[in-house]
Amino acid sequence: MEFLAPDHGVIARRELILSGLAEAVGADRVISDEDGRRAYETDALTAYKCMPLAVVLPRTTEEVSAVLRYCHANGVKVVARGAGTSLCGGALPAADAVVVGVSKMNRVLDIDFAGRTVRVESGITNLAISAAVSPEGFFYAPDPSSQLACTLAGNLAMNSGGAHCLKYGVTTNNVLGVRMVMMDGEIVDFGGPQLDPEGYDFLALIVGSEGQFGIITEATVRIIKSAEGARPMMLGFDSAAKAGMCVARIIGSGIIPVAIEFMDRPAIKVCEAFAKAGYPLDVEALLIVEVEGSEEEISERLAQIVEIARPLNPSSVTVADGDEQAARIWKGRKAAFGAIGRLSDYLCMDGTIPLSALGQVLDDITSICKSHGLKVANIFHAGDGNLHPLIMYEANDRDAAHRAELAGAEILKLCVKVGGCLTGEHGVGVEKRDLMHVQFTETELVLQLRIKAVFDPLDLLNAGKVFPLDVKVAPDEPAGDAAHAA
Amino acid sequence: MNEILKPAADWELQSMVKQLAARNLSIELVGNGTKRSVGRPVNASMAMTTTGIRGISLYEPTELVMSARAGTPLSQIEVELAGRGQMLPFEPIDLGPALGSYAGSQTIGAVFACNLSGARRITAGAARDHLLGVVGVNGRGDIFKSGGRVMKNVTGLDIARGLTGSWGTLAAMTEVTFKVLPMPDDTATLVFTGLTEDLAVELMCAAMGSPYEVSGTVHLPQTLAARLLHDDLRMAARSLTAIRLENFPRSVAYRKGRLKERLKVYGPPIELDQESSLRFWGELRRLSVMPYGSQTYLWRISTAPKVAPQLVNTIRRHMDNVETMYDWSGGLVWLEIPASADAGASDIRRALATHGGYATLVRADIGVRESVDVFQPLNPTIERLSRGLKSAFDPSNVFNPGRMYATI
Ligand SMILES: Cc1cc2nc3c(=O)[nH]c(=O)nc-3n(C[C@H](O)[C@H](O)[C@H](O)COP(=O)(O)OP(=O)(O)OC[C@H]3O[C@@H](n4cnc5c(N)ncnc54)[C@H](O)[C@@H]3O)c2cc1C
Repeated sequence: MEFLAPDHGVIARRELILSGLAEAVGADRVISDEDGRRAYETDALTAYKCMPLAVVLPRTTEEVSAVLRYCHANGVKVVARGAGTSLCGGALPAADAVVVGVSKMNRVLDIDFAGRTVRVESGITNLAISAAVSPEGFFYAPDPSSQLACTLAGNLAMNSGGAHCLKYGVTTNNVLGVRMVMMDGEIVDFGGPQLDPEGYDFLALIVGSEGQFGIITEATVRIIKSAEGARPMMLGFDSAAKAGMCVARIIGSGIIPVAIEFMDRPAIKVCEAFAKAGYPLDVEALLIVEVEGSEEEISERLAQIVEIARPLNPSSVTVADGDEQAARIWKGRKAAFGAIGRLSDYLCMDGTIPLSALGQVLDDITSICKSHGLKVANIFHAGDGNLHPLIMYEANDRDAAHRAELAGAEILKLCVKVGGCLTGEHGVGVEKRDLMHVQFTETELVLQLRIKAVFDPLDLLNAGKVFPLDVKVAPDEPAGDAAHAA
Repeated sequence: MNEILKPAADWELQSMVKQLAARNLSIELVGNGTKRSVGRPVNASMAMTTTGIRGISLYEPTELVMSARAGTPLSQIEVELAGRGQMLPFEPIDLGPALGSYAGSQTIGAVFACNLSGARRITAGAARDHLLGVVGVNGRGDIFKSGGRVMKNVTGLDIARGLTGSWGTLAAMTEVTFKVLPMPDDTATLVFTGLTEDLAVELMCAAMGSPYEVSGTVHLPQTLAARLLHDDLRMAARSLTAIRLENFPRSVAYRKGRLKERLKVYGPPIELDQESSLRFWGELRRLSVMPYGSQTYLWRISTAPKVAPQLVNTIRRHMDNVETMYDWSGGLVWLEIPASADAGASDIRRALATHGGYATLVRADIGVRESVDVFQPLNPTIERLSRGLKSAFDPSNVFNPGRMYATI
């Protein structure tokens, strides 16, 4: 991986910059000592590490603005950070950059139950939003498995998804407005409590922009009333292809469950050992299908799903017999990454594929990993084709780590080839930056860079990520400006 | 304007745009032209229609996805989907009748370019939420794609979604890929009668705050209810507040019972069965209660539901004969006002400044649309960013110059 060469001029001015930051927001907001900074040297893609120039943890939007204004005026790069759970190196610092973390800005500002919206500071954790509204029976829908730790800021920057997004959509479908500090320190509101954007849909561009456009400090998100009840069931199959077919048939029949999750045999084994969820151990593929509603509605829906699955001869069919078993079934799924992490280091891929290609792609993933001498476990959101192959390797073994990266790249190229994409929810970051050429033409990447430049013309925000380093925007033809003036 | 360009393929559209840009010419970009009278008058050298670029290019019912060329008529798409028991979840509104043209003739490209959604938007999301991918040509004459055919995709900037609501000012979409959903097996409607606007909004919000997945909430004051084609409801001769439920039959029956119980303080509702419900919501989708008229203008206001009635009251203090329909539990207000020189823009926007929200002038004479801000005026920063975005896509101002904002 090639990193942007750090600006040694900036590094040489470090002491000056530290005092400038302290002056801008107060010394107690700035972390400059080595031990303090070490906590920020990586994110959940731990293969890459880098000590930042400094870390600032502001408490208000105005403080974020003061930091950015200072950095802008002094040509200092900035990396925005939430909780640092990014799996693609999105929050990886740079030696010549200041990390600006929003984790101390985590208040709920306003709840409108009638309009079903909440305004919060962006450093609030995903789960805390739901916790704030759950006494009234509401929740915030996007539910990444990291929801206990990750911040809404990170979710917005990555357009994160989760198991229940099949029914409720991902982050971009659940946010109505953001307050964002631009690199020059200006504070701008996009969207608001109303359902439609006014003018251009900037929110669509900001959500998923991976910290390239500005620092989001507040957001208005939609909340939803929880269903009366929900229950998962498990369907075990003797082949992944059959499980894939079952997913297609459920959806084709007109039923949209809240979630359809898939695990293969290696994943089932590890998760069962961890969660004692009662997963069947003698199957090749397991589907967790959850439906919502009243007791009666749930029973009817689950019965229909069993009927749909029957011709495919599932080797096991288990409906959760109560809340406790339901919780254990989900605990196993949500803890899957962690459980596998206790056994082995892994690279988590995140490509998406059209469902019709599922069986073939899973076979191909196994053979790709085998050809590199590696094992793989598959756990993913089957309803929307978002794969998460976990390629297991030994981190101390440099060669294995390298082979894992090669296998990962091959898998993602395969996803693009069958009509899918490089990343369904984890983002591009540094990890998939160079693979962007596989999915996009030069022209398309330049168009994206031009849009980035509208927000951050000096390229000070999260530089060296998302866009391959060799893609450059040519200076504009003068004709454009002339036409505007006319 | 007599020349209308009608490219039949992406490459042809691309080469036309390149030539136009090189000669510093601009075009008015349209689908079937049904919404030509929305927005500021476009002062372009010629027009271009996407209707030569048509056809459904991909439909995978089990993956809930369809791709169509931009000029495909929406009606064709809906027929195709219905054949497999599916639909566009966001129920795009058909402005044709309100704008003095036919219902059912808009193109799918325009639905996304204008981000047109209907009553179900409040639970299912807007057109923008269902767009998965786009192929388009920008003002430089570059063909580009963004997104794709899969539901989950965060690879690079979400340019496809960023094009929704841009009214053809940034790029010409040639293909759109979108998410579809199964049609519900059953639909029922509870119609509460005689409520004031305040109470109606309160009821609609209470219904939306229930766990019963209400998929439409609309309030019509008595004067608008009197314009319905739906006989039973017109003859009720009261204001109407409608709550829609959609699901499999047993579920609809159950939820209807629970909602009636929960909302009983609002009086006994009229109940519409499936057939009657479909007629009623179908009519609303064509905005039948606010038909075209040369003596009236039409505004569309987006705001937070809880402030909607006050907002409307403030506007009424400055204007007579204002008709309002509330959709999205009050978050969307359609306002019909008597024709006037500034279409009430200053009063309406002053009221918005107090209560929050924004307004778009959907129908007014061309002279009025020339002189007042049709789209909500932007604050200086957003305006600067909007100009920046325009020039990232279309630096020589080829597409729909001035349609949304005079300076863009
Ligand atoms: C065990 C585990 C499970 C996970 N499961 C899921 C899952 O199910 N679904 C899913 O989508 N993801 C998942 N993730 C990935 C990760 O949790 C998400 O990407 C999450 O949104 C990151 O949030 P964060 O607060 O940790 O952000 P960070 O990692 O700190 O930052 C992520 C990105 O956001 C930018 N950013 C941070 N704050 C701001 C701001 N204020 N303004 C602008 N940009 C900002 C950063 O620069 C960076 O590019 C998982 C990660 C782990 C470790």
